[in-house]
Amino acid sequence: MPMRIKVEDGHMLPVEDPFTYVADDQDIPQGDVIVSLTRFEAEGDRLLSEGRAVGVRLKSDEEAEVLAYDLPRIAVVALEFPKFRDGRAYTNARILRERLGFKGELRAVGDVLREQAHFMLRCGFDAFEPADGSQAQQWQAATQRFRHVYQRAADGRAPAFVEREG
Amino acid sequence: MYRYDAIDKAFVADRTAEFRGQVERRLSGELTEDQFKPIRLLNGLYLQLHAYMLRIAIPYGTLTAKKLRKLGYIAKTYDKGYGHFTTRTNLQLHWIKLKDAPDILEHLAEVEMHSMQTSGNTIRNVTADPYAGATADELDDPRVWAEAIRQWSTLHPEFAFLPRKFKIAVTAAAKDRAATKIYDIGLAMRRGRGGELGFEVMVGGGLGRTPYLGPTIREFLPARHLLSYLEAILRVYNRYGRRDNIWKARIKILVAQLGAAEFARQVEAEWAKGDHAATDLPDTELARIRADFTPRFEKLPGRSETLEKAKAADRDLARFLRHNVHPHKQPGYAIVDVSLKVPGQTPGDMTSEQMDVVANLAERYSLDEVRVHYTQNLILPHVKLDDVPAVHAQLAAAGLATPNIDLISDIIACPGLDYCALANARAIPIAQHIAERFADPARAEEVGELKIKISGCINACGHHHVGHIGILGVDKKGEEFYQVTLGGSGEEDAALGQMLGPALPADKVAEAVEQMVEVYLRERQDGERFLDTYRRTGVAPFKEAVYADAH
Repeated sequence: MPMRIKVEDGHMLPVEDPFTYVADDQDIPQGDVIVSLTRFEAEGDRLLSEGRAVGVRLKSDEEAEVLAYDLPRIAVVALEFPKFRDGRAYTNARILRERLGFKGELRAVGDVLREQAHFMLRCGFDAFEPADGSQAQQWQAATQRFRHVYQRAADGRAPAFVEREG
Repeated sequence: MYRYDAIDKAFVADRTAEFRGQVERRLSGELTEDQFKPIRLLNGLYLQLHAYMLRIAIPYGTLTAKKLRKLGYIAKTYDKGYGHFTTRTNLQLHWIKLKDAPDILEHLAEVEMHSMQTSGNTIRNVTADPYAGATADELDDPRVWAEAIRQWSTLHPEFAFLPRKFKIAVTAAAKDRAATKIYDIGLAMRRGRGGELGFEVMVGGGLGRTPYLGPTIREFLPARHLLSYLEAILRVYNRYGRRDNIWKARIKILVAQLGAAEFARQVEAEWAKGDHAATDLPDTELARIRADFTPRFEKLPGRSETLEKAKAADRDLARFLRHNVHPHKQPGYAIVDVSLKVPGQTPGDMTSEQMDVVANLAERYSLDEVRVHYTQNLILPHVKLDDVPAVHAQLAAAGLATPNIDLISDIIACPGLDYCALANARAIPIAQHIAERFADPARAEEVGELKIKISGCINACGHHHVGHIGILGVDKKGEEFYQVTLGGSGEEDAALGQMLGPALPADKVAEAVEQMVEVYLRERQDGERFLDTYRRTGVAPFKEAVYADAH
């Protein structure tokens, strides 16, 4: 079974991935699946009625808000980084967590590098499929690098201006 | 001057440690240059024509003696003994070795400085009015807000990979010394009807190959909501800014394509959904920052006999006073501009020794403050009138008293093809040739205010579009040519320059400037500036003078 890095109780761990990614032209296999937004819109209700866990993979130009009404039923939202330089998924991640209250797994897929770990974690991602061969302990180290942060984001960390109030 | 607390210190220390590890991985070969590039660019380290270039952030252009001395030390120890101040009020060191970069960052951290976000597609170093806290025409000290922006934007997790770089400038004065209309976001402080402070918000200004002056998307934003509103603007840009074409990726293109009204509507809609209290700074934090920007002035008479006597006896001092010394809000003080534009030398360059001189003067005479202006000059913002003669003498001894602020030899020029990998043509020698022609201070004074701005390529780091005379280097089949524009301004009377005519070869540029100056002196009426005369007469007489030979 493929692996991904998952945050569990504040720790980055290598964890088996029970989900299968299904391309739009593939038949749906048994078990838990992650499908595109197009396919979710067409077949999501049926897939969910079959008692399996369903995830949706959003491209960087698809907006998280389209999932607003379905989020309570969705187990995983996988946000795509076509290139690490494409930062749109960070906005989608914050909107899913902070505005839409998504509690499921938020997974970073595509051109995912450990240098992005700090930003991703802060925006609410809790699962990662690194493209650079990096390991869980390297992600762990990358996320502990900064003792303080300057902004509120989706990770609940107190920003400097709150710490200063004591 | 803002002082780091334990949190700020820990933050830059953590950043430096991270970068040291990354450089080690690059030096050991674990990282390729391709993999390393985005990392070094998050720390202001470029790979240029000859060596690595480090761009050090000088937030809102404010330095102390200790910081400036440290910059001098770094330039002497790790570079060739000089640095280059840029139009973004940063300092560039052009001959850096990769292995030294982490040590340099550590030196910077010691004096509460860094090079974070001076490159890459992030929110860059924030700039502000260089006369902040010293000029009588401001509603507030803009650095309070600029420091709030600095902290908010530092490693902002949502905006580390924007479509393109992003620059914010803040002013609180009527006279725009921060070029806010050519910024991605320009913030100009205004007072609301009820006396409350707020900002006029301009978005989508910028130069480069498609220059725009930023339209106003909100006439008045209550100042306390600044950060949440900025976050809404950045979010709209992060989502909808173009990412398919680097030349169309700046926010100005998005604003132009949507129209300012529609862009404003989208920002307002996003802002309305946001949790403002989560993002905006509490009053206590603003007060904490503000306390660091409260200099202690002495009560002094508004006129200094010492200075008047010295002025009467010294023509050089008198000229320096006319051009480089400006009124201060506090009686008995003056703002002293330090020109880094010695005719024949590189605009914005400063040696380590000169940095020490200015640092010492700041400590002794200017309440420990130095400012960097986007015109690539420095400023001693709080000098007692009594001390101006001594300051002038010491500046003169160090080659720093050129009395040419805003005059024809006070030229902005980017590093150009002498250093920069992006450039098409040289900028520095063109500036040198022009300045040498007007090296006689009496002649420069007769010409008066004339702002020449030179860029070595279309990226426009030298702000050529907003020069009274703008000069843009272009490459024509391997030869350097220069396009001249007239009538631009980056200030409160902002305008983009209009093309003079066909591009000129390098050896014709200084001559053309001289010809245009002659037209101006012939045509000018009652104390008009070059810009005013041009705006009255139009391009025709200037064009005729420069291209007469061609007919």
